[in-house]
Amino acid sequence: MISAGLLTTVQDQGRFGFAHFGISASGAADPLALRAGNLLVGNTENAAALEMTLIGGAFEFEAAATIALTGSDFGAGLPTWTPVEVKAGDVVHCRATQSGARCYLCIRGGIDVPRVMGSASVHVMTGVGGRPLRKGDMLAIGDSAVRRPRPAARNTPAYQREGHLRITPAIQADRFAADCLSSEYRVSEESNRMGLRLIGAAIPSPGGHMLTEGVPLGAIQIPPDGQPIILFVEHQTSGGYPKPANVISADFCRLGQLRPRDAVTFERVSLDDALGELQEQEKWLYSL
Amino acid sequence: MTIQPASDRSLLVIFGDEISLESHYQVRLLTQSLQGIRGILNLHPAYASVLIDFDPRLRTHGDVEGIVRERMDSAVHAEPPPARVIDIPVVYGGEHGPDLADVAAHTGIPAEQVIEMHAAADYLVYFVGFSTCFPYLGGLPEALATPRLAAPRKHVPVGSVAIGGAQAGIYPLASPGGWRLIGWTSLRLFDPEGSPPPLLRMGDRVRFVPTAEGRF
Repeated sequence: MISAGLLTTVQDQGRFGFAHFGISASGAADPLALRAGNLLVGNTENAAALEMTLIGGAFEFEAAATIALTGSDFGAGLPTWTPVEVKAGDVVHCRATQSGARCYLCIRGGIDVPRVMGSASVHVMTGVGGRPLRKGDMLAIGDSAVRRPRPAARNTPAYQREGHLRITPAIQADRFAADCLSSEYRVSEESNRMGLRLIGAAIPSPGGHMLTEGVPLGAIQIPPDGQPIILFVEHQTSGGYPKPANVISADFCRLGQLRPRDAVTFERVSLDDALGELQEQEKWLYSL
Repeated sequence: MTIQPASDRSLLVIFGDEISLESHYQVRLLTQSLQGIRGILNLHPAYASVLIDFDPRLRTHGDVEGIVRERMDSAVHAEPPPARVIDIPVVYGGEHGPDLADVAAHTGIPAEQVIEMHAAADYLVYFVGFSTCFPYLGGLPEALATPRLAAPRKHVPVGSVAIGGAQAGIYPLASPGGWRLIGWTSLRLFDPEGSPPPLLRMGDRVRFVPTAEGRF
């Protein structure tokens, strides 16, 4: 690591099975970009890769490698969403983002780091799985590739209209007005991997008794000040704020690309439509 | 028991809308009986409900609902396993419990007696959640209930033993927090280098033991 960028961490798809101990999955903020990048270089989709945030790092390769940069274009001067050969001594220098919030550097063979509770993902807020990378860190490349690298990806459909999020009703949906979340919101600077805080029309907090309950990824919770918070990959596992809606699984990749000050709009869809969108996305992924 | 979709990949199973031992037992039974099922990714128990997060590529809402009903039917006569009893050594007051005097002032109970009452009570871990092994403890004597700070502290040390409203708690990590700090324990509820299970688990009984240094 010649430079680390703003926030660069090792991520796979996340750490599952520990929510009943209060440990959320973490994992790639844009899971589609991670999985696609891994498939492009011939890895399994869950291989560990580097997630960069807003400003990327510079990485010197001691040995030849096959890499893919996916997600947003961080101005590395290399083609994205395609396998690229690098030689021993090459430096891949990522810079400030030219589109969304996150870029993934996937390397054929995966990044070889110890797994904690079955996952390589760093949970930044708690330190589970390690810490963000720093200048001077050395990372080993693994040998877990399972097939040949693939041709460049075509049609990355999920990345159109990043700030347009499809939602389905959440547990307290009927306590809220039917037209809540119908105006445009902006992503707050205070957003992080725990939650995306939005700024816009305040949504009146509904009355009524509510016990703390389990909360899923993508839940939109309304605290007393009425400004929505979208629970993100490092979210708390339980919470007591009411939730009118939940972002659909097929749009989790868009959540991972939202930057501070980006505009966000919502569209209500049915559960069936949400699952249909996910199937389309999976079909695209496995066409790689 | 009611079952409701929470998102396109999760269901909420609700056993009641109050904190009760009966709901707690149901939550424990369901959480235990759903361990290790293919396609079920995470279980989020709470006071009276369990959120089930599943892989929508492998499971539908209908599938998971069917599994829940079948497991709860067959578990209906099962007794929860006997509770473990965990003693937590606490150093009360002073620099480790800077809010002990406030609790005494708010409740009108002398500090020495606050400590006695806090340490004499039996606590139940209703569930572990929020953020990283935070135990939701029931059993705080009602007379000790004290409202949270108006402005949360930016830094609460790991191991702080606290009162937040009618709840008792222990901070598993150093973090911001608005609960009243009455003591501190050297026991670690959570070790980021280690693997779970954490020190305290759902269904455990907890006792606080006054000590000079917060350790045995």
